[in-house]
Amino acid sequence: MPADDLKPNEQIHPGKPVIVDRYTVGARINHWITAASLILLALSGLAMFHPSLFFLSRLFGGGQFTRFIHPWIGVVLFFSFLGLFLRFWKANLWRRDDGTWLARFRDVLANHEDNVPEVGKYNAGQKLVFWSMSVLIVILISSGLVAWDQYFSQYTTIDQKRVAILVHSIAAVVIIGVWIVHFYSAIWVRGTISAMTRGRVTGGWAWRHHRKWLRELVTRSSKGTGSSGSKPAE
Amino acid sequence: MFPPLPNPSTTQTAPRFSEKDLIRRSASTVPAPEQQLTEVAKLIDVSKCIGCKACQTACIEWNDTHPEVGVFAGAFENPPDLTPDMFTLMRYSEWDNPETNELEWLIRKDGCMHCAAPGCLKACPAPGAIVQYSNGIVDFVHENCIGCGYCIKGCPFNIPRISKVDHTAYKCTLCSDRVAVGQGPACAKACPTQAIVFGTKDEMKGWAAKRVEDLKSRGFANAGLYDPPGVGGTHVMYVLHHADQPELYSGLPKDPRISPLVEAWKGVTKYAGLTVLGVAAGVGLLHHLIMGPNRVTEADEEHAEELTEGDSHARR
Repeated sequence: MPADDLKPNEQIHPGKPVIVDRYTVGARINHWITAASLILLALSGLAMFHPSLFFLSRLFGGGQFTRFIHPWIGVVLFFSFLGLFLRFWKANLWRRDDGTWLARFRDVLANHEDNVPEVGKYNAGQKLVFWSMSVLIVILISSGLVAWDQYFSQYTTIDQKRVAILVHSIAAVVIIGVWIVHFYSAIWVRGTISAMTRGRVTGGWAWRHHRKWLRELVTRSSKGTGSSGSKPAE
Repeated sequence: MFPPLPNPSTTQTAPRFSEKDLIRRSASTVPAPEQQLTEVAKLIDVSKCIGCKACQTACIEWNDTHPEVGVFAGAFENPPDLTPDMFTLMRYSEWDNPETNELEWLIRKDGCMHCAAPGCLKACPAPGAIVQYSNGIVDFVHENCIGCGYCIKGCPFNIPRISKVDHTAYKCTLCSDRVAVGQGPACAKACPTQAIVFGTKDEMKGWAAKRVEDLKSRGFANAGLYDPPGVGGTHVMYVLHHADQPELYSGLPKDPRISPLVEAWKGVTKYAGLTVLGVAAGVGLLHHLIMGPNRVTEADEEHAEELTEGDSHARR
């Protein structure tokens, strides 16, 4: 029985090295639209957050256009992330092993992954990033709509807008922090970025960081693809 | 009668204040001005107001705004609220005084109060979009305004309005352009009963004291000056017959101050937020320097090959 974090596109290509498909083209495009939106939102948002970062508004053609475009990029991000959420939520459900992984996070930081439980498609850290992003984006879009004066000023009181803008700023700071964790992890754990660029990782990467996922894929291909039988030719 | 400001001479005079007199500039810092201008103030004596709206008309004329022709909303207010084209508005409230059993018609000219500690300026993210001169005038500089509406959230009096035409914020300027050449605000000039007078802040306080004394002698025991200390005092002040209950005057706030939410947003959140992000980035960098990257080893690749090999053998 395939674990529910396995997708049909995730195939193993034996060879030297082994290549494992991790993300479809669709998932990757979806990811990079989200990534670009998040970065643009952070830049335009920070421009309006702190006076010493107001110069960032020049990237967007001045303050007026920054103010205009920021919420629209937010709308793009919301729907784009919704796509990612629908794709990945199942594989990010919390499991018993995740608690153990988290408890031994020091070993992870010290690059001693042998001491932590074997990891499925996502480790506990990735799951936390996923769920934080999900919750924060809901908070940001809802508080953002309240502060979007151009279209929605008449629907809320000024006091509600004050709460919204405070919540929006705090959530924005937190999500940029989560993004720093996400971005840094992708650099720190070498071999990760190809998962989101070309869609594939090496077998060694999967063995080292997501062994359970690799084992599940191997098990599935030895059982499941027997019927289609097209794999070995590759 | 308070001596009205004389008509200006026709000879050209240099402006009495300029950018050199700024004491605050939104989202930026300004050097302390060399000289402190005399603080000015507008005094609105509610007890003398007859609700004629001459001030509104004068305001529209002087500022050359073009308010839309509205519809009758069942009240004396016209338009029903401040707009980007209506910087000042007569607000009418009818109040049954329980002590005297008499109906009182309380008319208040609403508009920017020109706070000494302006919430709009505190909230503004655009450098130089809101400025404060040492004479107390708080002015919006439209070419720097980005139309975000943060000033609305910062204002304790609900005054600024964003134009749907040019997407910048508008409010009463205290006729800074007229004051700069020695005139008073257009509304004060037009007021037929001297319910609006203009002068230095000290003069206005002195004049208000006389008015309050007069009102008290007429039975308004709680008459007083509205110059709320929560915003550092204002440069538009009211003489109220019921100064103990300013809310009676169409919701004039009793103790206005910049909302603690705005203080938190523009204070601790701003500084702590950037610090947290800086620290997060720093910790990442430090971790990389100390622990180094987490690289896949040859052995890992071999393990993977064995695992998949074993599988393909099994399949054959």
